[in-house]
Amino acid sequence: MSAKPVWVALLALLLAGCASGSRDSNVTTIRFWGMGREGEVVEELARDFERDNPDVKVLVQQIPWSAAHEKFLTAHVGGSSPDVSQLGNTWIAEFAALRAIAPLDERVAAGGDVERDDYFDGIWDTNVVDGITYGVPWYVDTRVLFYRSDLLAAAGYDSVPGTWEGFRAALAALKRTMPAGSDAIFLPANEWTQPAIFGAQAGSALLADHDTKGAFSAPEFRKGFDFYLSLFKDGYASPMGNQEMSNLYQEFARGSFAMYITGPWNLGEFRNRLPDSLQNSWATAPLPGPDGPESGVSTAGGSSLVMFRAAKHPEAAWRFLSYLSRPDVQARFFHLTGSLPARRSAWGDSALVADPRAHAFRVQLERVRPLAKIPEAEQISIRLQERAEAAIRGAQTSEQALAQLDREVDQILEKRRWLVSRALATTGSGK
Amino acid sequence: MSATRALPEGARREARAALWFLAPALGLITVFFVLPVLAGLVLSFTDFDIYAIADPSTARAVGFENYRAVLANPLFWKALGNTFYFVLVAGPLSVAVSLGAALLVHARSTRLRGLFRTIYFVPVVTTLVAVAIVFRYLEHPKYGLVNYALGLIGIPPVDWLGDPTFAMPAIVLLAVWKNFGYNMLIFVAGLSNIPEEQYEAARLDGASWWEQFRNITLPNLMPTFLFVILITMLGNFQIFAEPYVMTQGGPLRATTTVVLLMYEEGFRWWRMGVASAIAFVLFVIMLAGTLIQLRLTKERPA
Repeated sequence: MSAKPVWVALLALLLAGCASGSRDSNVTTIRFWGMGREGEVVEELARDFERDNPDVKVLVQQIPWSAAHEKFLTAHVGGSSPDVSQLGNTWIAEFAALRAIAPLDERVAAGGDVERDDYFDGIWDTNVVDGITYGVPWYVDTRVLFYRSDLLAAAGYDSVPGTWEGFRAALAALKRTMPAGSDAIFLPANEWTQPAIFGAQAGSALLADHDTKGAFSAPEFRKGFDFYLSLFKDGYASPMGNQEMSNLYQEFARGSFAMYITGPWNLGEFRNRLPDSLQNSWATAPLPGPDGPESGVSTAGGSSLVMFRAAKHPEAAWRFLSYLSRPDVQARFFHLTGSLPARRSAWGDSALVADPRAHAFRVQLERVRPLAKIPEAEQISIRLQERAEAAIRGAQTSEQALAQLDREVDQILEKRRWLVSRALATTGSGK
Repeated sequence: MSATRALPEGARREARAALWFLAPALGLITVFFVLPVLAGLVLSFTDFDIYAIADPSTARAVGFENYRAVLANPLFWKALGNTFYFVLVAGPLSVAVSLGAALLVHARSTRLRGLFRTIYFVPVVTTLVAVAIVFRYLEHPKYGLVNYALGLIGIPPVDWLGDPTFAMPAIVLLAVWKNFGYNMLIFVAGLSNIPEEQYEAARLDGASWWEQFRNITLPNLMPTFLFVILITMLGNFQIFAEPYVMTQGGPLRATTTVVLLMYEEGFRWWRMGVASAIAFVLFVIMLAGTLIQLRLTKERPA
């Protein structure tokens, strides 16, 4: 009985709290989703943003990478998407197809902190689906060559040649000078990125006819694929997958392999995990290409910032997105996470200029190309990986593997083919 | 027929009242079970996918194409094989372990029966995800307790979750440990229903423990057995969470079960039509399994 007044008082307090919260309408609260480490760091950047923009409050929600895709989809279907978010740029096409994320062309064209021309073209392009921009690049991820400079020097090279043929000669020299049983290069047999990169370097777009059919049997892809396979056949690489490489860093330090194609996260990992004695013996280089460095294209990965169509406060969301895109904030983000900035001007940061290993990425970023920008891209990459592994391990010839790949991809793209032909038919009749 | 027509007024009123009492439950079952199942059946004949989520008008009726695609997909057969592996290994093992535990906690010589019953039941009410994470530590190739124990008897370490041969046994281990408590309680209930006099009579006749078990306990437990085997089988066919949390279906698809494949098709690739078709194929298989089991037990003299 005596407890009753206490409850009433508590309830009254609670109601008063709610009321004052909702009455304070001068402050707009926007919701931001960040993944993994980025989500933690954004919290810090958001506080700075709120200091400059007292009328906006940013609610940062951290999402683990492993659950992110599912969360975004259920949020979209359930109508609880955030206002603005980080989104892996390979997911853009899918969420654009779902009509979950909003076009940004008008906002970008209106000027402000997001300056289109300051971004690396290939990276920006990952955000453009059917001519419409759906995201602003936040940080980038591409693949370059990591190598043991001491082993390469012992093989008679002071840098990595820029052409395929020069590269092959360097691998041959490495094979000659390295002890038997070691590999000139480690190419994980169970990754789709490597075959995709070599195919793209040879001029393949991977897909054809408005991305409705596989183009893997076409001569361009075939050329890149055969070059890739030849690195195994000629004994420069062993046909082994990632799971067979028990400790990559240990094996690299031991000299079990001299080269490895990988991404920016390994700049930090190599620095931390390789022994001190090796710290002056590893370097990075942009990928070689069939016709010299310019043709040595690589993947355009990374994360973008997107706005959801269901955003309740799009104006405030865009302000926060613009803030995160400012070159000085990008540079700060790099210092906090090690993620490479997507804007050329942010690369003027002294830490990046001073790091010769980051320089390879800077060069490579001018030569990146998005792979298939369609919702089915991930399924296709899995098929590519399976067929590539079969060809590497000799279960299929290159011709058989690529023919089967085209068949499987055509099957995956059946719906898309139908949609595109239908869309073409309606626009055709409209004219 | 004639019986219902000849129902006296009072009984009819009772039946009407019963209908009202049943209505909430029937309504819930209709809304949350019958309708979704029918919707799933319809979906399984369409190519409902990510494009259709954005614009339902792009969904097309495809007849039995999804079913054909499922049955032509080697991965489906692999998943079905994995599922049968799990059903055939984890099922009997789980029933045997729960019967053994039930006999132990039911035995009169056991002290603290209530405590043991509770302890054995705890895994059932523990969150699976938390348990799975603990098991990932236990089954860790380098630091795991399981390999440590094996090492004590001279067996070299096993890469439980990384080796395609051992990944499914590792999941069986988790599933059996997690679920045996539930069946154990049902067995305990069945054991308590066996009249004590039968054992007394048997003991007077000089029957050994094994003879008592074979001739009294087992026959009396038959209905319980049927029930336990059936619900265990039905549950095991639908195994999803264990491999989802422990291995995501790997390594090399060794732990991809039918429901996990359905989940991937539906919620990773958004091919709702194909996913629904998988669900109905699995339903048919489980129905067949249930019917066979009922037939087998009926033929056996009670």
